[in-house]
Parts: sequence; structure tokens; C-alpha cells
Amino acid sequence: MSDPTSASIVSTPPSHQPTQAGSTAPADAGLPENARRDKPRGLLGDAWRDLRRKPLFWISATLILVFVLMAAFPWLFTSKDAVNGALANSRVEPSGDAWFGYDVQGRDVFARVIYGARASILVAVVAVLGTLIFGGTVGIIAGYRGGWVDALLSRIADVFFGLPFVLGAIVILTTFNGSGTSNSEWEIMGLVIISLMVLSWPVSMRLMRSSVLATKEADYIVAARAMGASTSRIIIKHLLPNCLAPLLVYGTIMVGSFIGAEATLSFLGVGLKSPVVSWGIMISEAQNYIRVSPFLLFFPAGFLVTAVLSFVMLGETVREALDPKLR
Amino acid sequence: MTENILEIRDLVKHYPVTRGVVFKKTIGQVKAVDGVSFELKAGETLGLVGESGCGKSTLARVLMNLEKPTAGSVVYKGQDISRLTGAALRRLRRQIQLVMQDPYTSLNPRMTVGDLIGEPFEIHPEVAPKGSRQGKVKELLDLVGLNPEHINRYPHQFSGGQRQRIGIARALALRPEIIVCDEPVSALDVSIQAQVMNLLEKLQNEFGLSYVFIAHDLSVVRHLSDRVAVMYLGKIVEIGTEDEIYERPTHPYTQALLSAVPVPDPTLRSSKAIIRLTGDVPSPISPPSGCRFRTRCWKAQDVCAEQVPALEIRDGSDHPSACHFAEKREIVATHEA
Amino acid sequence: MEFRTRDGVAKVINGVTYHVDAGETLAVLGESGSGKSVTAQTVMGILDTPPGFVTGGQVRFHGKDMLTMSDEERRRIRGEGIAMIFQDALSALNPVFTVGFQIAEQFRVRRGMGRAEAKKRAIEMLDQVKIPNAKSRFSQYPHQFSGGMRQRAMIAMSLALDPEVLIADEPTTALDVTVQAQIMDLLAELQRERQMGLILITHDLGVVADVADRIAVMYAGRIVEEADVYELYAKPAHPYTIGLLESIPRLDEKGQELRTIKGLPPNLMNIPPGCPFNPRCPMAQPVCREKIPPLLQVAPGRASACHFAEELVSRD
Repeated sequence: MSDPTSASIVSTPPSHQPTQAGSTAPADAGLPENARRDKPRGLLGDAWRDLRRKPLFWISATLILVFVLMAAFPWLFTSKDAVNGALANSRVEPSGDAWFGYDVQGRDVFARVIYGARASILVAVVAVLGTLIFGGTVGIIAGYRGGWVDALLSRIADVFFGLPFVLGAIVILTTFNGSGTSNSEWEIMGLVIISLMVLSWPVSMRLMRSSVLATKEADYIVAARAMGASTSRIIIKHLLPNCLAPLLVYGTIMVGSFIGAEATLSFLGVGLKSPVVSWGIMISEAQNYIRVSPFLLFFPAGFLVTAVLSFVMLGETVREALDPKLR
Repeated sequence: MTENILEIRDLVKHYPVTRGVVFKKTIGQVKAVDGVSFELKAGETLGLVGESGCGKSTLARVLMNLEKPTAGSVVYKGQDISRLTGAALRRLRRQIQLVMQDPYTSLNPRMTVGDLIGEPFEIHPEVAPKGSRQGKVKELLDLVGLNPEHINRYPHQFSGGQRQRIGIARALALRPEIIVCDEPVSALDVSIQAQVMNLLEKLQNEFGLSYVFIAHDLSVVRHLSDRVAVMYLGKIVEIGTEDEIYERPTHPYTQALLSAVPVPDPTLRSSKAIIRLTGDVPSPISPPSGCRFRTRCWKAQDVCAEQVPALEIRDGSDHPSACHFAEKREIVATHEA
Repeated sequence: MEFRTRDGVAKVINGVTYHVDAGETLAVLGESGSGKSVTAQTVMGILDTPPGFVTGGQVRFHGKDMLTMSDEERRRIRGEGIAMIFQDALSALNPVFTVGFQIAEQFRVRRGMGRAEAKKRAIEMLDQVKIPNAKSRFSQYPHQFSGGMRQRAMIAMSLALDPEVLIADEPTTALDVTVQAQIMDLLAELQRERQMGLILITHDLGVVADVADRIAVMYAGRIVEEADVYELYAKPAHPYTIGLLESIPRLDEKGQELRTIKGLPPNLMNIPPGCPFNPRCPMAQPVCREKIPPLLQVAPGRASACHFAEELVSRD
């Protein structure tokens, strides 16, 4: 038999076939199944099995869980007041009474760090979700429609991508959140979230667009079209599940970097402002006393670094688990 | 005389070759399919053979209405389906289904077998009420020789041959009248290939399906087809019954193609005369004038460069052949085994 | 010359022994995953380690074991003693150098020739593999060649140093039938001229019937049958070979239901005990599930690894 075009398939097993596939495939198509019965597993199931064996995953996941609990129920961790303090306690060093000491205005640093998690994590998570949804949607439209739609959306993304992040954020925030304005806590948070989104969506858009471009020519998409599937069905049932993995990984890592970005903006004085408590604000306030009271900087910075690292590490482990080539 | 279930008339599919990003300039046309006509009778298998780049896969895409033809028509039961859109097109899709070549890429890796085979029912909910779908999927799995209990497995847990069976079950779900098979067995190993071919044959007998069977492997095509069309550079050069093509080929290209197929019998080694073609297939962007095969043909005369030979019955041939000098020539000695 | 290779881990090849003489064509026939390509890669010493580990065996070239010799010695044999051509010529040729340069380079590096002389020899090689206009083709890049031409260029490259043995790993599977016939003709002709040993690795029973002298059939990492080509097709001595021959549709036979080999090839991580073919074999007996049948001589010049080989050979 001569098999010109299929040759590469005949003699080399396709690389995307996971190696364990053979062991779970039944020995025969027609014969009854052998006694061993496998639980059905999808690719995500495989990834989960992989993740479970990684200590790094458990460490980062536990830390993230603690931070999320802090953000949701800060009163579980401390009974002190994070906003009001007694000036008498100004810059008192850490002790058994106040583990992390008191800040300039005599507020309990431990309580402030705990309460600060809420603003930091809330801003980061909402901004990441917004970025993924907006960027991902634009990416799907650009990739799936192609042609001039793709060209136009890609150029727009390029424009936003070209803006330096810190500069762009400062411009947006000083315009709407300058020193003279009196926005409420939620308004400021919203502004910070929007500026993070506006400046980061092109990355997730490009990620989504390139995986859609790679996937939309796949045979199973053609098969679905031949069956008469509607565009929305093709996108939701076929494109999205196969394109989501890189975006999920990117999102996890992005949470970490957004926590840092929020702190940066607060430190620069254009982000959240007192009396809102956030790690960035605390770092900003601590900078003047860095020589005399380094603990004021040390604790919020430590929490910030730990939180950022946890999310980045989680993203890395998820990426490894989802990438069959690394298995 | 059985009725024609599908009639293809002067089908043309050209792809523009463009240059430039903003100001696109068309600098040429890839003439992938260039004036193809044939008909498919109810219950028969029409084999479509040709080497890579001859346009057979493009033809499949046009038949499946995945691409709009540049010109010509695809008539299904008296209706030109190549111009259909919307609901009418969706209704039609129930009648014509596709089996693809690569069983590894044609199944969505994130869907279970049950979802994959059940998807046609979700797209065309009028075919089967929701409650009966799981049972129908299991029936289909059984029909193609897979264990119905594997309904919750994912494609990567199956071997190539089994995946191709899943693909066939999916194509069969809506009980179509026509199945277009685009190289359905060429990605499979020899011993598995035979299993899938037998399955296709069994299903045809059971459901009275009509197949358009596209392949480059002439032995496979002979095995399954009632009639065969040979394509070269976007045109059909010869069409006839399986006997006519394989035993009395009259087009030089068909003859060369048949003579080049290795036969698994070493005793025929000396008795076989291979017609050696020189050179490669010309580019479909600028095919040769007149007869497209003339650049590689040993019979080529001046007339071949001037006149396009029509696909018609000539003196030397009992079936349509697109050669000015069509003439019978024995290539394969058939022995009834 | 004799090859004895053995590969462990996923037991890709297991106790495979074959040899090829000068001027002879040995076909190694098998389906995907049968270990036919891995055996050849072990012979060439181009198997990636890890994951591939040679756990035993010998590859003897003119009586010397290639697996134990130094890298230097081995490199010398590669190209001059044994050369290999691959299925996919496009990825086997370096896309950033001209085809001519890649052939001429071998003459310059291995034979110490000057630029001009190497070029002359390279053009001669291109001529020998019947590439038209060899002179102008010399300075073209691989992507400017068609599939058949690329395969020719690769043949020219592997034959440049006059190897005594050529291993061709599925040389024509990526090509159309008409081109396939051209390439097989060319290989056969060059082999005759140079009296090379040719090891043809393929899954195509038709190609094998056309060119091979001897055939080794592989299944699940073992040779299950070895025989002269005429005898093998006339009277196969292993149920797997019988099944293979019956399951291919033939150009010269009309459609009828094909006989099939039931089931699927085994997973190499989990080869069934006893004869690896027993779950799919129509004549399997209890002994087949217990004892691995050795590859034994059943008639002069032919061997089979089946407990019932004698019966198969003696029956009509």
C-alpha cells in the first residue's frame, strides 16, 4: 500500500498524544473490555493529577488561601483597629502585645497588614478578571473573524501595548484621581482597576488571538462546521476550551504582578489613598522612617512579596501541568 | 437506472494569490478545482483519486459547503446547494456528512466520546429528543464496533483506528444519505486500515449510504468504489466504472498512475512494466495550456498544447476520458482471487 | 556483517538480530510502533539518550562492534561505512544552506577537498541521482526543490562518501505514487552500481515486493519472521505475516471483504506475556500465552517466531 501524504502519521506517533494514552486504551475495539476500568479524565483532570504531586503547588495554594481569607474575613486574624490609633504608640517596636509594632500614627501594623490584603487582592483579582474577559473577547473576535477586523483590533492593541505601564497609569490616575479630587474608596479602587485593565488587555488579547488562530484551522472545527454548528457554538464548545489554558496561566501570574502594580501606584501617590488601607500605602508611608523604624517597611513589603510570589509560583506550576510537552 | 443523488456541474474553485497587506493586489489564481462535473448515484461509492495537489480535498470542502465555489453548481435532489445559507443550509447538512483523514486532529480533545457523537443531535435537536440521545450514542458506538461503556472517555484514550471509528459514528449520527470520506484510512496502519474499510462497507450496505471516497491510494479506492474519477491538476481526466478505469484505462495519466502502484506480489516483478513519468506536477497557479498533462505525457503532440481535450467518450475508449489520443492499454492483470 | 540490538525501558526493540550483505536489499517491514525505525537509529547511533538506552546487544560492521567503539571511530563509519536517508527530506536538509553546499561540505570536511573540487564532485552526485540541470540546482535551497527532488538530493548527500550500507527509513512514504516509483528505481539502480547493502525500512508491502531480496517482519519490537521475498509472499510462516498479506486491498483484485487482523498492536510498555501476537492471533493456543516463541529456522534461509511455524510451512 502506498501512503504518500499520510506518511508522517504512519510511522511516527503524533507528539500531542500523551504517552499514557496507550495504556488506558482498551486492547481491542471489538472484544469486551478488560477488567481494569479507568475513570474518565480530561486534560484538566490530567493536569490536576500532576499538580497534586507538586509541593510547590501546595505551598503556593495554601499561602493564597490564607491571603484570600485575610481579604474576606480580616477580623478572624486580628481584633485591633486598623484605621485609628493612639499617637502615644507612635513607632513603638514590635512586641508580644503588638507583633508587628505600631506605625507613626500609633496604629497597629499587624492589623493594618491584615486589612491591607483586602484592597490589594481585590484590586488585583478584579483587574485580572476584567483584563482576561475583555482582552480574551477581543482576541477571540480578532482571531476568529480575521481580515480587516483582525487588522484593526490588532493595531488598536498595539497602541495600548506601546504605552509604558507606569507612565500610562500615572497619566490616567492623575487626570481622574488628582490631589484635588475627593473620590470615595470604591471610586478610587475602580479607577485603579480600570487603569490596570486599560494598560494590560493587549497581552491577553494577543495570547487569545494567537491560540484562536492556531485552533480555528483544526480539523475538529472544520468537522463542527460541516455538521452545521453555529458560530457561537463553535466558539463556546470548541474554540474556548482549547484556547483557555494559556490565558488561565497568564491570569494567575498576572494577579501577582497586579498586586505589585497596585502597591507601586499607591506608593507613587496616584493610587489608593489613606484612610484606605493597602500594602502600597503602608510602604509609601514607611519610606520616610526607613532608617529609624525599618520594621514599618519590612512587614507590608514582606506580605507583598510573599503574595506576589505565591501567585507567580501557582501560575508556573499550573503552566507546567497544562503543558503536555513538559510532562 | 438509479437516480442521481448529487450532481456536480462545471465546478470551479480558485483561490486568489495576493500580495500586500493594506492594498491587496491579486497577482494570480490557484486553480485548485477547474471545471469538474460528475454525478453520484444513490447507494454507490464514487472514488476520487489523484496525487497531492490535484484538488481532491478542495473538491471535498466545496461539496461539504465549507467553501463557496467560484463557479458551477452542486445539485442535491434538484436543488443547487452551493448557494444555500442559513436554515436551509443547516437542514441540508443533515444529509451530507464528512469523515476526515486525521483521527488525531478531527476530534475535539476536550470533549468526551459521548459529547462528540452526541453533538450532531444538539446542533439538530429536531432529529432526536433530549432523553433518547444517550441511548442513540450508545447504539452508534456499538454500530461502529466500540464498547458503548466508553461513552465517558476522551479521544486521547483511544488508538488511531478507534478514533476513526468515533469519527464515523459522528458522521452517521444524523443518518445522512451521503458521506464524503476524505482519505479516511490513509493515516492508519495496514492491519487497522482493513478493519475501517470493512466497517465503511458494512455501514453502506446497512443504511444504503452513498459515498464520495477521496484517496490517493488506488488499491484502497478500487476496493471500495463502484465508479472512479481520476483527477489531475484540478480536472477530472478520466471517469468510469471500477472495471473501466482499472482494466481498460485510456488516459495516459491513469495508465502511468496505475502502473506505478506497487503490487504486493514479488512474482509479478518482472512482468510489470512501470510507465515512468518524468518531472513533477506543474503549479496550479499557471497550469499548462491545452491538456494539463501534456508536459509529462509521452504521447503529447502539438494539438495537446492548443486544445483542451474534453472529457468525453472517444473511439479508443468506452468511457469518458480527457485525452485527444485516448487508447486502451492493459496495465493490471486482474486475477479473481 | 551482523546487527544485534537490544533496547530496554519501553522495550521498543527486543532481541532483534538481522544482517545485510553487500549488494543485498533487506526490507524491515512493520507497522508503526513495531520498532523498525528505532533499530535503524540504534545502528546509526543517532538515538536520543535519554530516553533511548541500549541495554544490550551488538552492531557489528565488518566484524567490529559499533556500540563499544569510540565516538571518533563511530563517526568515521557514519557516512563512509553506513549512511541513512529519512522519510521527511525537508526536515532532514538544513533550510539555510543551499543543497549543493550541504553535499560539497561532506567532501571538504571528510575528504579534505578544496572548494572548487568539492563543488565539482557535488554536481556529479546531483547528476547521478538524476536531478536535471544539476549545475543550476547546486545553488538552490531545499525549499525550492519539490518533494521528489528533495529526496533525490538527500540520496545524493548520503551516497557522497560511498557508504557500503545504506539505511533507507520509509524513503517514499511521503511521496506520490508516480514519484515513489521514480525514487525506488533510482535507489535500486544506485545499489546495483555500487554493490551496496540496502536496508529498506517500510510498512508498505507493495514496495517491499518490488525491490527486496530478503524481508524481516517486525512486531512489537521483535522479528517474527525472516525469509526470502518470494518465499515470504508465497508461503508466510507467521500468522502475523499471513494477516498482513490478507488485509491489504490489492490493485489487481476486485473488492471483496478484506480479512482483518482483529484488535490493535500492543502497548510497548505492557507487552502481553508469551508470544506478543497471541491476543490477536487466530491460531493461538495456551502455550502461546506462556512461552515466548524463539526465532527459529524453519527451512533453509528462513526463520519464524511462532510455535506452529512448522505446520504453517508444511501446509498447502
